[in-house]
Amino acid sequence: MATATHNEVLFGLYDDEEILMDAVKEANAQHLTIMDVYTPFPVHGLDPLLGLKESRLHIAGFIYGSIGTMTAFGVMTWIFTRDWPIIFGGKPYWSVPSFIPITFELTVLFAAIGMVVTFYTVCGLGPGVTNPTLDDRITDDKFCIAFRTNNSSEEEISSLRSFFDRTGASFINTKTI
Amino acid sequence: MSAVVSPLREPLIEGSKSYHDITEDLVGPTEKAPNSTWVIGFIISVAALTFGVFCIIYSIWVGIGSWNLNRTIGWGWDITNFVWWVGIGHAGTLISAILLLFRQKWRTGVNRAAEAMTIFAVMCAGLFPLIHMGRIWLAIFIFPYPNTRGPLWVNFNSPLLWDVFAISTYFTVSVLFWYTGLVPDFATVRDRAKGVRKKIYNFLSFGWTGSAKHWQRWESLSLILAGIATPLVLSVHTIVSFDFATSVIPGWHTTIFPPYFVAGAIFSGFAMVLTLMLIARKLLSLEEYITIAHIESMNKVILLTGNIVGVAYLTELFIAWYSVYTYEQFAFYNRAAGIYWWSYFGMMACNVISPQIFWVKKFRRSSFVTFFMSFFFNIGRRFERFVIIATTLARDYLPSSWSYYVPTWVEIGIFIGTGGLFFTLFLLFTRVAPVVAVAEIKSILKTSGDQYIGPKASHHHADKAKVEETSH
Repeated sequence: MATATHNEVLFGLYDDEEILMDAVKEANAQHLTIMDVYTPFPVHGLDPLLGLKESRLHIAGFIYGSIGTMTAFGVMTWIFTRDWPIIFGGKPYWSVPSFIPITFELTVLFAAIGMVVTFYTVCGLGPGVTNPTLDDRITDDKFCIAFRTNNSSEEEISSLRSFFDRTGASFINTKTI
Repeated sequence: MSAVVSPLREPLIEGSKSYHDITEDLVGPTEKAPNSTWVIGFIISVAALTFGVFCIIYSIWVGIGSWNLNRTIGWGWDITNFVWWVGIGHAGTLISAILLLFRQKWRTGVNRAAEAMTIFAVMCAGLFPLIHMGRIWLAIFIFPYPNTRGPLWVNFNSPLLWDVFAISTYFTVSVLFWYTGLVPDFATVRDRAKGVRKKIYNFLSFGWTGSAKHWQRWESLSLILAGIATPLVLSVHTIVSFDFATSVIPGWHTTIFPPYFVAGAIFSGFAMVLTLMLIARKLLSLEEYITIAHIESMNKVILLTGNIVGVAYLTELFIAWYSVYTYEQFAFYNRAAGIYWWSYFGMMACNVISPQIFWVKKFRRSSFVTFFMSFFFNIGRRFERFVIIATTLARDYLPSSWSYYVPTWVEIGIFIGTGGLFFTLFLLFTRVAPVVAVAEIKSILKTSGDQYIGPKASHHHADKAKVEETSH
């Protein structure tokens, strides 16, 4: 994730998601604080290891959807009972069944747009956004564990390097992002 | 991987691919200059599009008197094309949303292209009601916005207005769903590119990094979008069918229309997906990702929905007879044996009889037979829309106003033009984006790659698969 301050990052690349998972387990056992893990595709089973809580996007989606439902139904009700009541085919002004299709469509529309906007906002993504990347191969076939080493001593850094060596990283490097 | 692997499943990715091979194979085509087949296809498509644009301008300039519509037959090829294209636009969301909820892994090979196809088909569809208005510059009147005419509002009780909301919602949600899936793949393209190309894909990829938390939210978003897109896709063609079903025209005023239209839409969508994917897999050498197993799965869906539609046709005939309602009975007699009998015959032959060929496994698994048959299905769908619309209107309550309708060159031109638009956009899409979802294919490699589950799978992998299976 993009931050205002610069971070010194020490990262290692792994060739396979199973090696990566074992490495993350090992890091947890050694109480190392992982800054982030980057993968070319969603690796299942990684979230609990990293202590990531379940996303709350679905709650946001429900709220947006409810707003859509109320907007559509409320506006149609107001228009046809208060603003300009017209009789269509001898039906009551407030003909609820025929409001259902549009109410449904707007529920879906609000939920979808709201969730997508929320997703990009909380992830710090969007048109024209450039987030620093550690290595070009992460979106291809490499699995990356990154440690923040801003105030780390030589000793700590060398112990992290030996962690990468032991857990089978194929490439180790530092980068300032 | 945590998924259950069945040894009976056919591999969905052939050729012992590594993750890097997948990137090369799928992103590669966007980095090379197009081959001559692509260029020829593109020229033909743009030519058709240009002719269509000319016909649209001509229609708007002279008015829709340039079409053969008359007082009796007010809906002709325009609405036929609208319903046909909307139907085609159903496969993408069906594949990506409903098959995602059902955890069907074969969808990953075809979902990206099918979603793109959906978006382009809905664009073609949306064009027709707009041109049909005649005075297209007043099209904004279909939206409820505060105006100085009262304000005078649209009629929220009208199925035609429901259509406006359904189609525009469907288009928006499809675009959002499609693009969210594309973002990680654009990042893959970005990280391989240089110069201006890198700048463009950097913009398109929204700054994607592949962080674990982002992936988690991305999967959550995809799942919920799939969840809400599923009732949406069913609602769209239901509402299109309401355009007919809520009228008082014999032959249209039936409760069977919503399920019958939805099944028909899935049928036509899959037919068009097959046509396109069989071309795309040849053109871009994607045979290892869009395998015979994929084609067979789609053919099974075609067979199922073709039979559902067949049952609907027969149910309509039965109910017409059973209703003892003269006008309803006449409407169906007229459809099958009236002036447009050839259209009804074409519809039955292409939609109900021809898919029966797929009971035979050999034909289901033949790309040549499938390609050939997919044209019949596409044509059959157009026959059905035409039968429902023109045949019914041609013989209304008053014999004095009975009429016959054939399209003019302008109407045919606009239809050809939408075909041109559709293929132009699709061909451009194959140049700028990976046609198969790269990240999603990688995520199923270990459960569906042939080196893991195929006959040549090593013992190590096979044992591992077994252990994972028992642990769940």
